[in-house]
Amino acid sequence: MSGFFKSSIGRKYAMALSAFFLMFFLLQHFAINILSVISPDAFNEASHFMGTFWAVQYVLQPVLIFGVIYHFVMGFILEAKNRSARVKTYAKNNGAANSSWMSRNMIYSGLAILAFLVLHFIDFWIPEINTKFIDGDMTGLLPNGEGFRYYEELAHKFENPLRVGAYVIAFIFLSLHLMHGFSSAFQSAGASSMRKEKLQLFAKVYSIAIPLGFIFIALFHHFNH
Amino acid sequence: MNLTLKIWRQTDANDKGKMVDYKVTEISEHMSFLEMMDVLNEQLINKGVEPIAFDHDCREGICGMCSMYINGEAHGPDRGVTTCQLHMRMFKDGDTITIEPFRAKAFPVIKDLVVDRSAFDRIQHAGGYISVNTSGNTQDANATLISKHAADEAMDAATCIGCGACVASCKNASAMLFVGAKVSQYALLPQGQVEAVDRVKNMVAQMDLEGFGNCTNTGACEVECPKGISLENIARMNREFLSANVKG
Repeated sequence: MSGFFKSSIGRKYAMALSAFFLMFFLLQHFAINILSVISPDAFNEASHFMGTFWAVQYVLQPVLIFGVIYHFVMGFILEAKNRSARVKTYAKNNGAANSSWMSRNMIYSGLAILAFLVLHFIDFWIPEINTKFIDGDMTGLLPNGEGFRYYEELAHKFENPLRVGAYVIAFIFLSLHLMHGFSSAFQSAGASSMRKEKLQLFAKVYSIAIPLGFIFIALFHHFNH
Repeated sequence: MNLTLKIWRQTDANDKGKMVDYKVTEISEHMSFLEMMDVLNEQLINKGVEPIAFDHDCREGICGMCSMYINGEAHGPDRGVTTCQLHMRMFKDGDTITIEPFRAKAFPVIKDLVVDRSAFDRIQHAGGYISVNTSGNTQDANATLISKHAADEAMDAATCIGCGACVASCKNASAMLFVGAKVSQYALLPQGQVEAVDRVKNMVAQMDLEGFGNCTNTGACEVECPKGISLENIARMNREFLSANVKG
C-alpha cells in the first residue's frame, strides 16, 4: 500500500473518503442546527454536549479539521495537476454538450465554500475556542449566568443581513458542489451501484435539502429576531 | 454545401501552430467528415497549398485512428461515432466548423491534426494482455465456462478502440476510461485473473507516468466515446486497484 496514495486512483479514494466524512459531518451539523428552530433548549443542550464532550472536542474535532484541510489541499493539488495535463487548450470547447456545469466547476464552488468557511470560523469557531480554551469558561452559560449562551449567540449572528446574504450564497454553492460531489465520491470509491436510480435520487435530495435547510435556519433567525 | 473551416495548422512538433480559415465548396451532405477533408485537401493542392495532415485508416469506425476535435467535441457533434462515421448532414450550408487536434500533454501534436497517441500503447504494454502458452498445447477457449453476463460486460469493455476521445473530451485530459476498459476486459474473465494484481498496478502506474490528468467523474468521456464505453469500467478499475494494493 506504500505508493497507493501517491497514485491518481489512490488520491481519488482519499478525496472520496474525506468527502464521505464531510458529508456525514454536514448532516450531523444540520441535525443540531435545526433544533434551534424547533426548540432553543434542545439546541442549547446539544451544543453544550458537542462543545464539551471530550471525544467530540479532542478526537472528532481534530479529525474534522484534518478532513477539511485535506479535502481542500488535495483538491488544489489535483486541480493543478489536471490543468498541467493539457498545456494547450482548445480554441472551441463545448463542455456543456457532455457534462454538467457543476462537474466542470468543482474548484470554483469549492473556493466559494472555502471563503465561507473562513467567515464561519471567524463567526463561530474562533470565539468558541477563545471562550472555552483561552478564557477557560467551559460552563456554556451566558455572562449573567441565566441559561446557556449558544442560542443567544446564534440568533445574534443572524441579525446582520449581509452575513445572512453571504450564508445563503455560500449554501447555494455548497448545493452545486454536492450535486456533483456526492455521486462522484461514490464513483471514485468504486461503487457501481451509484448508477442505480434510487441512490442517484438520494444524492439529489441530499444535495438540495441539506443546503436549503441551512438557508432556512439562517433566514428563520434573521426574520424572527 | 459551402463551408468555412477553422483548422489548426502546425508544421511539426516544435512549431507553435495557429488556427487558419479555409473555404470549402461543393460538399455533399452524404459525405463523411473525412471525405469532406479529402475534398478540401484536393482544393488546397490545386491552389498549391500544403494539404492538411490528419489521421485515418479503416474509415469504418473500428481502427481508432481518426482523432479530430470538431466544434468543441471529440469526433464532432454526433453520438456513438468516430470522425470517419460523422456525416456532413450533421452540419448546415454556410456553417463555420472549428477543427482541432486532440489536446493533451500526453498526446503531443506531430503535424496539423495528427497527434502521437503512443502513450496508450505504452499503457497497454504495461499490462493489457494475458500470458498464454501457445506452444501447440493451447487450451480451447470454450473449455473455460464464462457466464453470459460477464462475457457481455467484458466484450463491451473490449470494444474500446483506443481512439483517445475520452482523453480529448475530459477537462482533465484523463485516460481513466481507456485504462478502465482495458483493465475491465480482463478483470471480468477467468483468463485475466492470474495477472490481475500486476496488470492494474502496472497500467495505472504507466498512465500516471505519461502525464494524464485525474478523473473527476464529469462523465464527458462516456458521452463522447464512439463505442459507448461506460463509466462503470472506471469504478471497476478503482476496485481492482484497491484490491491489488491490499493484496500487495
